[in-house]
Amino acid sequence: MTTEPAVRPLVSLKNVNKHFGALHVLQNINLDVSKGEVVVIIGPSGSGKSTLCRAINRLETIDDGEILIDGKRLPSEGKELAALRADVGMVFQSFNLFAHKTILENVTLGPIKVKNMRPADAKELATNLLTRVGVATQAEKLPAQLSGGQQQRVAIARALAMKPKVILFDEPTSALDPEMINEVLDVMVELAAEGMTMVVVTHEMGFARKAANRVVFMADGEIVEQDTPEQFFTNPRSLRAQEFLSKILK
Amino acid sequence: MVRRLARPHHRPARKWQRSVDTLLNNLDIFTTGFKNTAILFVVSAVFALILGTIVGGMRVSPVPVMRAMGTVYVNIVRNTPLTLIFFFFVFGYPKLGLAELSYPVLAIIALTLYTATYVAETLRAGINTVPLGQAEAARAIGLPFMQSLSLVILPQAFRAVMPPMISVFIALLKNTTVAAGFSVAEAGAIRANLSERGEPAIVVLLWVAFVFVVLVALLSAIQHHFEKKWQVTR
Repeated sequence: MTTEPAVRPLVSLKNVNKHFGALHVLQNINLDVSKGEVVVIIGPSGSGKSTLCRAINRLETIDDGEILIDGKRLPSEGKELAALRADVGMVFQSFNLFAHKTILENVTLGPIKVKNMRPADAKELATNLLTRVGVATQAEKLPAQLSGGQQQRVAIARALAMKPKVILFDEPTSALDPEMINEVLDVMVELAAEGMTMVVVTHEMGFARKAANRVVFMADGEIVEQDTPEQFFTNPRSLRAQEFLSKILK
Repeated sequence: MVRRLARPHHRPARKWQRSVDTLLNNLDIFTTGFKNTAILFVVSAVFALILGTIVGGMRVSPVPVMRAMGTVYVNIVRNTPLTLIFFFFVFGYPKLGLAELSYPVLAIIALTLYTATYVAETLRAGINTVPLGQAEAARAIGLPFMQSLSLVILPQAFRAVMPPMISVFIALLKNTTVAAGFSVAEAGAIRANLSERGEPAIVVLLWVAFVFVVLVALLSAIQHHFEKKWQVTR
């Protein structure tokens, strides 16, 4: 590992393994993410990068190994797990905004129900966040009435409303029309610049170059190599990374 | 309906008049009957909705014991004919030596337990239409299972199954007439009461049917109202 953190890592995966039937989808994964770090996970489809991302807040269970968030072991079920998830934001590929709630309610639901915030305070917080991601004018609409790019920016606001320690992005731009990708990436770059700890699974190499502290390359369920973006993109060491980059950076 | 009643073979006006008289002269029995039907229906509907929602939730619970309990309840009660459930409560229950309950209360219990199984199964079908991502997003912001279910999944599930759910309650409305066979003076008992007064059974039954059609139309109107209201949700 090139960037060994000096202090306790915010997210720590130790010898994590997972199988989908016969498929060994996560193979002995070790990964530490420090506070304020932006880690981009890239790799070919089926390499296990989404599974890795989803395992960090236990949307995917793991077979063995250990995942620690801020030094605390990820609980397996119940209230403790819910409490821990409140500290780990998640942005999904397909947005997953609550379809029956307005944009504003999507953002205020967590603060009100999980953090017991007063509705008026939650509304103020949500309005500020929606303004920040540029969709405040849509606050009273339902998710289906917004474009994909707008929905994804709302999803980021929803995650931010919980004041998470880290936000996981699971291919946040893969379901977007090309012209909407940048509006989402811009928000993410801004977040990264403000020091948010982020784990981002993406195919957007431009984002990785611009905002990542570290690129983690996965293939066939393994972390094959990790390095700074400059090093990784200009001088990949492993053969598989070289092959992968030659395919996508034509 | 009106036209059919008014199209007899001869002297249409008089026959129609007599049919209307059957209704007007016995308005007390019609009113009492349908009032009791309304009570049976509304009370059973509310309890069946509550119980059915709980059982539907149990059937998708992550806890195996809860799932098993929900499944056993649904399979036993739903597979039992309603009349048999009535028999149990009206004749069997009093022999158990528990608190004494009146026939209407026993009828409400029977209707509730029976209808709740259909509510639960309809709701479960609705839960299955809600994309998995909705539950994942709810869990990801830290909502525990119960709150994910009540705040995110169930509201969408109910919207998705509005038409079949209303059908369950239309069936409940009509099932209330079974209570007539168990000494509850609701709409299904009107004919028997009026036969004693010498009224023609066929006319009485047509009037009862007519009111049921109106009541069901009312439920359908409620269904259309909500379907329209929730149209833009997805």
